[in-house]
Amino acid sequence: MNYFTQALAWIADPENLHGDGGLLARSWEQIWYTLLAVLVASVIAIPLGYLVGHTGRGRGLVVATSGAARALPTLGVVTLVGLIFGIGLFAPMVALVLLAVPSVLAGAYAGVEAIDPRTKDAARSMGMSEWQVLTKVEIPLGLPLLIGGLRSATLQVVATATLAAYVGAGGLGRFLFLGLKTQDYPQMLAAALLVMVIALILEGAYELAERQAAQRLRTH
Amino acid sequence: MIRFEDVSKSYPDGTEAVRGFTLEAPTGCTTVLVGSSGCGKTTLLRMVNRMVDPTSGIVWIDDENVAEVPPVPLRRRIGYVMQNAGLLPHRLVIDNIATVPLLNGVPKAEAHRRASELMELVGLEPRMGKRYPDQLSGGQQQRVGVARGLAADPNILLMDEPFGAVDPLVRADLQAELLRIQRELHKTILFVTHDIAEALALGDQIVILAKGARIAQTGTPQEVVAEPADSFVADFLGLGRGSLDLHLRETPTGTLVLDAHGRPAGRLVGESRTDATA
Ligand SMILES: Nc1ncnc2c1ncn2[C@@H]1O[C@H](COP(=O)(O)OP(=O)(O)OP(=O)(O)O)[C@@H](O)[C@H]1O
Ligand SMILES: [Mg+2]
Repeated sequence: MNYFTQALAWIADPENLHGDGGLLARSWEQIWYTLLAVLVASVIAIPLGYLVGHTGRGRGLVVATSGAARALPTLGVVTLVGLIFGIGLFAPMVALVLLAVPSVLAGAYAGVEAIDPRTKDAARSMGMSEWQVLTKVEIPLGLPLLIGGLRSATLQVVATATLAAYVGAGGLGRFLFLGLKTQDYPQMLAAALLVMVIALILEGAYELAERQAAQRLRTH
Repeated sequence: MIRFEDVSKSYPDGTEAVRGFTLEAPTGCTTVLVGSSGCGKTTLLRMVNRMVDPTSGIVWIDDENVAEVPPVPLRRRIGYVMQNAGLLPHRLVIDNIATVPLLNGVPKAEAHRRASELMELVGLEPRMGKRYPDQLSGGQQQRVGVARGLAADPNILLMDEPFGAVDPLVRADLQAELLRIQRELHKTILFVTHDIAEALALGDQIVILAKGARIAQTGTPQEVVAEPADSFVADFLGLGRGSLDLHLRETPTGTLVLDAHGRPAGRLVGESRTDATA
């Protein structure tokens, strides 16, 4: 048997699948870490992106900083923060949020920036306040690009979330690190396959959301 | 009444769009600003609703200096029909028309009812209300723009080439419609066009502008055509090219009116009426 069929057999084995540290539980952890990281990144990056997009100020600064954040080696961040704050979810979460912020930020401000200036001008000349221009025009019309940003952030994070296991947290990374230590390649491959499946499912969800947004906003 | 008092506007890049402009647009009348592209018409219009703040000078609405009125409430009580319709692409036509009443807190049902009336007024079929702007032709979009400008029942209406994107037939149609609306509603209208025929058709007062919004002549349509102030105005009117020179020719079936090239511009019916405004 080759590694691939062995990996599938490993996944199918009820003993590996169920239970506390089983594949299903770890998959949920993986998804949960991903969503949490993207959520935290959104809370930081979306308001900031809208601020930059709406005012047109601070764009250079934000682009430079998020470019630098993109260049940070995630494993290094995990290790560093782990050394300071100890093992557990905190360190990988910091690294994952740092990973997600640039894409979300770019999606938020690009979405606002890409709107036809005549549309914003029209909204203003109808007597919308700046807040109303933002909430009634810029946010809805910027939604497709924001979803695009969330999408690429999510995909980066879902794969990288395996690093959580490196400092003692859960997720599918557990099987990767365990497999690496015991040279159990089918187990490693099984975990990698599941990460891919989760990524594809999330992709599908985003695809639907993007289509919905485009249809509702007639920006297609 | 709208009054421009020695108003100038220089844009940050140094363009002097308007220089020392003074004009009064009387209440209940249509004042048409006509001039070639880039002479500062849009800039003048947008000073009234503070989309542009003058570099110097004062714009008055009745006895209010607009610079002292906060822009948001000011804009909500001035109808503005934009040069490019300027509709919100993510909103249904009916919601576009109802924008300002909704901002003013009018209940949605009432705002929509009013929007439907306005659609009828500007000649849009009711079913178009449920479309998005990009599902309308350019001319239909402009009608939506006009309806939106009227929605909050403003006393002042700023119209920036509102009929620019339509063919001559529809254009004439919309002009007639505007004249009819104006006979009913008596708004104070500031209307911008670069089409002299449109200016003559719609204006109670016509203001012919040269570059930098220099006033070449102000007057009623009759005055302007009968006594152009200078050669610039005469040229602009097309008098030099003879495009406003008409002749009569008797034919067995009636009197034809011919243009400078001898082509029929229309036919003579009855006596010419004495002019009410003269
Ligand atoms: N935001 C701006 N920044 C710099 N220059 C501007 C700006 N807006 C207008 N201008 C310039 O000011 C002048 C007057 O512009 P304006 O839009 O008022 O002309 P207009 O008479 O409406 O022309 P058109 O008939 O083509 O619409 C032009 O030379 C134009 O290039
Ligand atoms: Mg203009």
